[in-house]
Amino acid sequence: MPPEPLKRVRVVLADAAAPRGGGDHTRTELEEQTGIGEALVKGLVRTQLALALRCAAVVAVGLGTLPLLFAIAPAVAGTRPFGVVLPWLLLGVAAYPFLFGVGWAYVHLVERTERDFTDLVEKH
Amino acid sequence: MVTVATVVIGAYGLRVARTTSDFLVASREISPAWNAAAISGEYLSAASFLGVAGLVLKQGVDVLWYPVGFAAGYLALLLFVAAPLRRSRAFTLPDFCELRLRSTRLRKLATIFVIMIGWLYLVPQLQGAGLTMQTVSGGRYQVGVLLVGIVVIANVALGGMRSITFVQAFQYWLKLTALAVPIIFLVLHWQADGRPALAPPAGATFAHSTTVVFDHSATLVRPDGSTVDVPAHTSVDFPAGTAIPQVRGGDVSSGADWLLSGSTEGGERRDRGLFGAYSLILATFLGTMGLPHVLVRFYTNRDGAAARRTTLVVLGLVGLFYLLPTLYGVLGRIYTPQLLMTGDTDAVVLVLPGAALPGLTGQLLGALVAAGAFAAFLSTSSGLLTSVAGVLSTDLIGRGSVRDFRISTVLAGLVPLALALRAGGMDVSQVVGLAFAVAASSFCPLLVLGIWWRGLTAIGAAAGVTVGGGTALAAVITTVVGPALSGWPAALIGQPAAWTVPLAFLVMISVSLATRRRVPANVGLTMLRLHAPDPLRL
Repeated sequence: MPPEPLKRVRVVLADAAAPRGGGDHTRTELEEQTGIGEALVKGLVRTQLALALRCAAVVAVGLGTLPLLFAIAPAVAGTRPFGVVLPWLLLGVAAYPFLFGVGWAYVHLVERTERDFTDLVEKH
Repeated sequence: MVTVATVVIGAYGLRVARTTSDFLVASREISPAWNAAAISGEYLSAASFLGVAGLVLKQGVDVLWYPVGFAAGYLALLLFVAAPLRRSRAFTLPDFCELRLRSTRLRKLATIFVIMIGWLYLVPQLQGAGLTMQTVSGGRYQVGVLLVGIVVIANVALGGMRSITFVQAFQYWLKLTALAVPIIFLVLHWQADGRPALAPPAGATFAHSTTVVFDHSATLVRPDGSTVDVPAHTSVDFPAGTAIPQVRGGDVSSGADWLLSGSTEGGERRDRGLFGAYSLILATFLGTMGLPHVLVRFYTNRDGAAARRTTLVVLGLVGLFYLLPTLYGVLGRIYTPQLLMTGDTDAVVLVLPGAALPGLTGQLLGALVAAGAFAAFLSTSSGLLTSVAGVLSTDLIGRGSVRDFRISTVLAGLVPLALALRAGGMDVSQVVGLAFAVAASSFCPLLVLGIWWRGLTAIGAAAGVTVGGGTALAAVITTVVGPALSGWPAALIGQPAAWTVPLAFLVMISVSLATRRRVPANVGLTMLRLHAPDPLRL
């Protein structure tokens, strides 16, 4: 694998056109991948991964334990809330709003994380 | 009629498509709502439209994991892939490999898997088309396969992706309507019938007098244990109220087994059932992100945040749709039990309106459902063909010009067409499930580790894709053409994802760690580009 040429090209016009607040300093740290810039990116990646994993864990517990539950406690699987057998109600109907709810919460939370990061970069 | 409408909309889009960039990715001007409807329209395939209901009719509660997994795959995509993938500016999976790991060899390997998965997924679409043609018009299976195959190839080759977006978005709403309207009538009819029980303890009986045509010889087992042999090509009349016999050797669940979980049996069979359930969950949850026609769509979002919103809307639209096929399978248990005897369970969605509702209403609703079914094959196979032809034209055949794309489309379409003509007897949903298993064992680890782990190397990725995807593919081939297995080997080969996905992750991580010095030098900048919030424009 040939190493990438390390030419750094600075396109001044495009840069000047980009909207920028007082955040030149942090932005440069990020773009040039200095120690601080790299640490910032690593922190951001870790925060977002943790958030995604937490949401995945909610689904793993909420849905993933159902086959096991039905297998070890058949009496639970036989109950009929609203006249529908429980596994049909959970898998046929309730699973979809549940998944959408987790997705909605994730989008809400991740956008907040990103706003915080943007603020951090633009203000320093 | 749907075929005509699709061609018309395709032709309209063709007029608007001008340059190559326009032609392939619709210039990235598509709003999340349109995009989400298009993704859903493309995603809801023959497996969703026909196969899920067929499986529910046949096997009951255990197969509800198929639709749940098909929907949940979009949640996994949203959580781990959507925004970073869009920011990477990769159009296809091979593009992503090259952008992230700077390896053209890995790119070629990914191309091969994209084509394999695409073909594996195209075959059941065309099969569904043949089945619909057979059921609705009494025509031949092969005619349906050829008709849909040729329409799709022509439309994709001439229209490219811009027109496909219009077509796909239209198809989602058509498919939803085609299932939603008849089911309202069907449920009302079921109410008016005095809500007959779905799994009566005394055994199910025919609701109407029914004539069953057996194409193959079969042995019927009556509830009292006596058996009747039926030779091939005969029809048997069952008056209303007779007990429904079972076909010996059929893979059909009955009574409590259908209503509750098959895994209530205990012992080793229960363990195998549990293994199958978890394997299926893993394959469908993680396989969606590796389907080539799904990823291509992300490039048409404006930025990472728009990609996330699109995915969320897709999750909602797809979830809404999946409420319906289950109901068809359930009501089919009452009104079309003959399908359980003939084995044509995949046709339940098409047959049910006509069988349950009398006269013209039943016929009209049946026609509506058939229109939706054709929409399902046309849209999914168009999307798949676009993406397979896309990678074929840029990576293997030509250099990505419009002419290369058109030649690739024809080549990419003919192979699955030939396969589908030969393979009539396989279960539509299960073939699709196997395509998911291959995608989950190859591209899911590649995407997830590529996006979230700096330590991934090109060699590690290639090893993981080869081992994971290769074993899954081998399992699929064994299932489809190999000898019939039983017991644990059947469970492990029939639903391979539970071991092939962890294996792929394991190989990818350990080989990457062993080749640590080959981590791309600019990985920090790549990570910054994938994860930095869009407004920063880094």
